[in-house]
Amino acid sequence: MKFTKDHEWVEVTGNEAFVGITAYAAEALGDVVFVEVPDVGKTLKKGDSFAVVESVKAASDVYAPVSGEVIEANTDLSGAPETINAVPEAGGWIAKIKLSDVAELDALMDRAAYEDYLSTL
Amino acid sequence: MSDSELLKNTPLYAQHTALGGQMVPFAGYNMPVKYDGVLAEHKWTRAEAGLFDVSHMGQARLHGEGATAVLEALTPGDFGTLAQGRQKYSLLLAEDGGILDDWMVSRPEAEGYFLVVNAACKDQDFDIIADFIANDEAGADVEFEVLTDRALLALQGPKAKDVMKELCPAACEMYFMDCGTFQLLGEVAYISRSGYTGEDGFEISFPADRVGDLWAELLSNPIVKPIGLGARDSLRLEAGMPLYGHEMDAGYTLAEANLGFAMNKSRLTRGDIRGIDRLKAQLDGGLTRVRVALRVLEGPPAREGAKILSADGAEIGVVTSGVPSPSLGYSIAMGFVPPSSSAVGTALKLETRGKSYAAEVVALPFVANGYHRKPKG
Repeated sequence: MKFTKDHEWVEVTGNEAFVGITAYAAEALGDVVFVEVPDVGKTLKKGDSFAVVESVKAASDVYAPVSGEVIEANTDLSGAPETINAVPEAGGWIAKIKLSDVAELDALMDRAAYEDYLSTL
Repeated sequence: MSDSELLKNTPLYAQHTALGGQMVPFAGYNMPVKYDGVLAEHKWTRAEAGLFDVSHMGQARLHGEGATAVLEALTPGDFGTLAQGRQKYSLLLAEDGGILDDWMVSRPEAEGYFLVVNAACKDQDFDIIADFIANDEAGADVEFEVLTDRALLALQGPKAKDVMKELCPAACEMYFMDCGTFQLLGEVAYISRSGYTGEDGFEISFPADRVGDLWAELLSNPIVKPIGLGARDSLRLEAGMPLYGHEMDAGYTLAEANLGFAMNKSRLTRGDIRGIDRLKAQLDGGLTRVRVALRVLEGPPAREGAKILSADGAEIGVVTSGVPSPSLGYSIAMGFVPPSSSAVGTALKLETRGKSYAAEVVALPFVANGYHRKPKG
């Protein structure tokens, strides 16, 4: 699993990747009550806002950690948005993306680097 | 210097951080937005008793023979008819009738009023009151005292009375919107039976240097949990209560903000309310916008700034507050629309992130209140 400074994660298999928000982000947001997932087929550029996670207090954008095409969205989140809090780095995935540039992954942090980064916040 | 160094703390700052409160800047203060989580805190307050530190709010006393006249000059209320031991919601008005703040005004003594005002407005409000007293003959016999040495706690929820019964049983004899001066932990407390959640409860003004003891005493009861500003906002929204800077500001009149209950008819008859001509014209059918309650019927929560569209897609207004309601399980909002679109049941749309979603005008409050009202008759 790889991570961004905006607290998204990417789990890659071949040229496809599940993406979501990290446990740190889920904890900071608090109770998630609504998730807007992207439409399947949408083309994302790294850094685009591609989903919105809402708590009672606020709406937060989720940024695409990699470029590519949305090939699946986690529609289960519409009935169970709390999954993001319960298992943010597993069942709380937001979308599956077909990568358009695998080399982008090199710029992301591994878990040890991400945890080092968190310790500086 | 960073912004956080410019922020003030309430006397309970250490207690908030010790309880794990997430501190955020609010109206110039470091305030806890949540402890356990907004959702849990909201639900706890609706079922048990929640404790809020609202010491950032302004407190003042206005006393003397002319105190009633001063209040009536600045607000649309008839304070001559406010009985001793009662409390009233009121509005500080600008000369043109725009709303400068909303206040809770208590009358614990026959010639003495106790004011609670918004933190973000308190310096302005107290300057206006002091200027008025210094320059108007109504202020001749009036003493005005800003109470900087007092903290303010709100204990809210259906079980608040069970907690108060053990600490200050006399305060439990009050009904909704009553107020009085009580002995509590050996100190003088100004207590009212009111709050900002729609629940039964109390607001307690207490000496700042002893409020840590009162905070600890209240939290020692397992019925009581500390509640942050996040849940305070979702609770007040469900109760349909307006928030200064959102549902009202200097650009709105009380008629537009749908706060007619803060105005006494006697004042309208007397014709001595600030901005009376504009107000009368609006009340006589000249309103162009009015505050309404909205239920979001689909899609994401509508937040402040979301456009309100008519059923056929024309932009007609704006959302001023919105939240996914923890009690109701759907999203609710307040906003302003033309009177022709303000009837309960009117179908509207709300625009969030470029897409529009169905909504409808509903009645206030969203969640029935639990006030301990005096029985009629």
